[in-house]
Amino acid sequence: MRLELDPAPSLGKVALAYAAFLLLALFLLALLFLAYGVSPWRAFAVFLSPLTDPLGLSEVARRAIPLLLIGAGLAFAFRVGFFNIGAEGQLLLGAVGGAYAALFLPPGPWTLFLMFLLGGLLGALWGGVAAWLKVRFGASEILTTLMQNYLAYYLVVYLVAGPWKGQLVFGFLYTDRFPPWAHLPRLGDTLVHWPTLLLGVGAALALQVLLFRTPLGFALRVLGENPAAARYLGLPVGRLLLWVGGVSGALAGLAGVGEVAGIHHRLLEPAQISLGYGFTAILAAWLARGRPLWVLLTAFLLGLVLAGGDALKLAFSMPFRVVDVVSGLFLLALIGAEALSRHRVIWRR
Amino acid sequence: MGLPMLRLENITKRFGPVVANRGVSLEVQRGEVLALLGENGAGKTTLVSLLYGLYAPDEGRILLEGQEVVISSPRVAQRLGIALVPQHPELIEAHSVAENLALGLELPPFFSRRALLQRLQALLQDHPLGVDLKAPVHRLSAGEKQRVELLRALLSRPKVLILDEPTSVLTPKEAEDLFREVRRLKERGLAIFFISHKLDEVLGLADRIVVLRAGEKVGEVRREEADKDLLVRLMVGRGVAPPPKAPPPREEVVLEVEDLLVPRHGFPLQGVSFALRAGEVLGIAGVAGSGQKELLEALAGLRPYRGRVRFLGSPLPQDPARLFALGVAHIPEERSTGVVGGMSVAENLALRTYPRYARGGLLDYGRMEREAEDLMRRHRIQAPSPRTPLRTLSGGNVQKVILARELKEGPRLVLAMHPTYGVDVGAAEEVHGRLLDLVREGGAVLLVSEDLDEILALSHRVAALHRGRLVGPIPREEASRERLGRMMTEGRA
Repeated sequence: MRLELDPAPSLGKVALAYAAFLLLALFLLALLFLAYGVSPWRAFAVFLSPLTDPLGLSEVARRAIPLLLIGAGLAFAFRVGFFNIGAEGQLLLGAVGGAYAALFLPPGPWTLFLMFLLGGLLGALWGGVAAWLKVRFGASEILTTLMQNYLAYYLVVYLVAGPWKGQLVFGFLYTDRFPPWAHLPRLGDTLVHWPTLLLGVGAALALQVLLFRTPLGFALRVLGENPAAARYLGLPVGRLLLWVGGVSGALAGLAGVGEVAGIHHRLLEPAQISLGYGFTAILAAWLARGRPLWVLLTAFLLGLVLAGGDALKLAFSMPFRVVDVVSGLFLLALIGAEALSRHRVIWRR
Repeated sequence: MGLPMLRLENITKRFGPVVANRGVSLEVQRGEVLALLGENGAGKTTLVSLLYGLYAPDEGRILLEGQEVVISSPRVAQRLGIALVPQHPELIEAHSVAENLALGLELPPFFSRRALLQRLQALLQDHPLGVDLKAPVHRLSAGEKQRVELLRALLSRPKVLILDEPTSVLTPKEAEDLFREVRRLKERGLAIFFISHKLDEVLGLADRIVVLRAGEKVGEVRREEADKDLLVRLMVGRGVAPPPKAPPPREEVVLEVEDLLVPRHGFPLQGVSFALRAGEVLGIAGVAGSGQKELLEALAGLRPYRGRVRFLGSPLPQDPARLFALGVAHIPEERSTGVVGGMSVAENLALRTYPRYARGGLLDYGRMEREAEDLMRRHRIQAPSPRTPLRTLSGGNVQKVILARELKEGPRLVLAMHPTYGVDVGAAEEVHGRLLDLVREGGAVLLVSEDLDEILALSHRVAALHRGRLVGPIPREEASRERLGRMMTEGRA
């Protein structure tokens, strides 16, 4: 058996590869559930249960919101060959910017706007720093953005434990509650802060058009596909990269504002703000194959994986470690299917 | 004659809808050189890959000394006694010659450097290497690397030796040394596959010649019965005329270079001066790595330089985009630099001028594709549609896309590097035709090529680069292959 590259796989073959890997993942999960002592059928039903009732759907949507905003920006950045692994940190800085506007600027009808503005700017700055280091010194953005995540993480810890620690929160590590002007409206009783959702849909659409229909997007795609050609043509490579780092950072920043203004209403410990959205969104972007519009689909798919995992946790009081294996297996299956669909398998010796 | 050493029967290999080889049968005897001749894309490389275990044939059999064999990997090929000298040396640059040669040996898991050197010296007695075994490979010349590659192939004591376009990186002198070695190996009874698209080499070396076209075997001739005309007709499917002569240049000077200095790794390019007039082709020959790339990249705005360079009387800006707008086109050394594989043919034809298609901020793809269709027709670019991804095109068609794009604005100066490298005879003929059309209209061409015939056929004046210094230019009438070869290797006109 050997693998040969298949440059142009047919749609049917791609579907088949995904089906095969999904079945494999389900089989392995069935073994896992059996070992844990629950019926695999019931476990699968629970995992998919968020799709069957409005409350469950809202849980999927709540998790899809940050994945959509960040994923659209990352799909855009990856297309241009800027491998931003630092969305988590950019999200956290966005949350810091939002919290500053909510807590320290005079409240009023403008508060939410200022929060998004400041959060987006800080996210853009954080992504822009990595882009600048790449342009100026040739530093790999994979490493710089990854390291910046830690800086952002401990900045938030410092703020909530030190200067911004709330007056009324006793031993807990968070700020005071934001004033009502800083709360995003939600859909009914759910946690779906719809303005952020709209922002995400708008971003995915806008970036798709920008990338595939405008002169700027044309130049960006040339740079992403063939940096040597971009140099040969004399494209302003440095400026384009700064732009891309800034945009993807800004969108992650907006997602951070959405989380604190829509759900928590305060700045708190980083692990509670984000649940790793900045990393899961990398997968959403990668599955979308560099098409921001497709993130509309992949963000909801991954939202379901996260929400289904939570449902399992509640229904069988499974520890989160087991649930993480469930999501992990699904994600691995998606990656495997993607890799397989790009190759032909030759069964002859 | 006895049993053939290696025999292919009815080999067919498909890649999706593309048939790379269709029903190819051929055989090679002990002590024979079989040349496999064909244009790029004719299926030569696929056939080699099948023989060396990189692909499996869809149909057909391979017989080694009468026994059917399944060559499932390069490792198996080596064990069966089939060795390959690849087109571009695939050596580990940072390692020494000895370490690279060790890759061709069956070695115990641990061995001392001294034991390895001793063993290699014993093995290499018949084949004087002429290279220090301890030298790191990146210090070798292209010809020396080729030689290391050949010796590595020979270390496994093969019965069949495949040489895949072995001269594409060699100077004429180095190529002759290689051929002498190949003749010796033939006398020792090796069966040799010689893959090439250069007619002179094939006629000089082969005992028998098999011609491939579009994946099929279209002819097999003995050396005695073959001549250039016949082979070209078989390869291309028709006769090919030599390029028409360009008219003499005009008075107007397009490009003036004085005392150009371009720093680079190793020796710099320095003291280069020449003038190029409207309607003139200046050909520059040189051994690979003599500064050709640096010269062209400096003029194309891609590399800093010192010295005086004037284009139509004004200083040359150092910005590729502005240069193109001023009328300086650039055909880059590597085709892959000049195109974007994942983008469509239409988008690649618009790489220089895409902002022009904006209407209300959005690109007008309808207009871009209509104009692309027109260019595709005029330049005979073979692609299913303007929307086809460029990476699915053959090398010759990719080169035509680059040429169509660079020439469409009617440039005053074309900087062309290896414009026909690796493209087939038919496409090369068209590329030459387009360049000469431009010259007739008053464009100037700076032609850098490793193909001396190409330079001599197209140029008004010729020069050579030798270790970063320009030798010449001299008028075409005073130049010959031999003189140009001396200019390249000895640095004297």
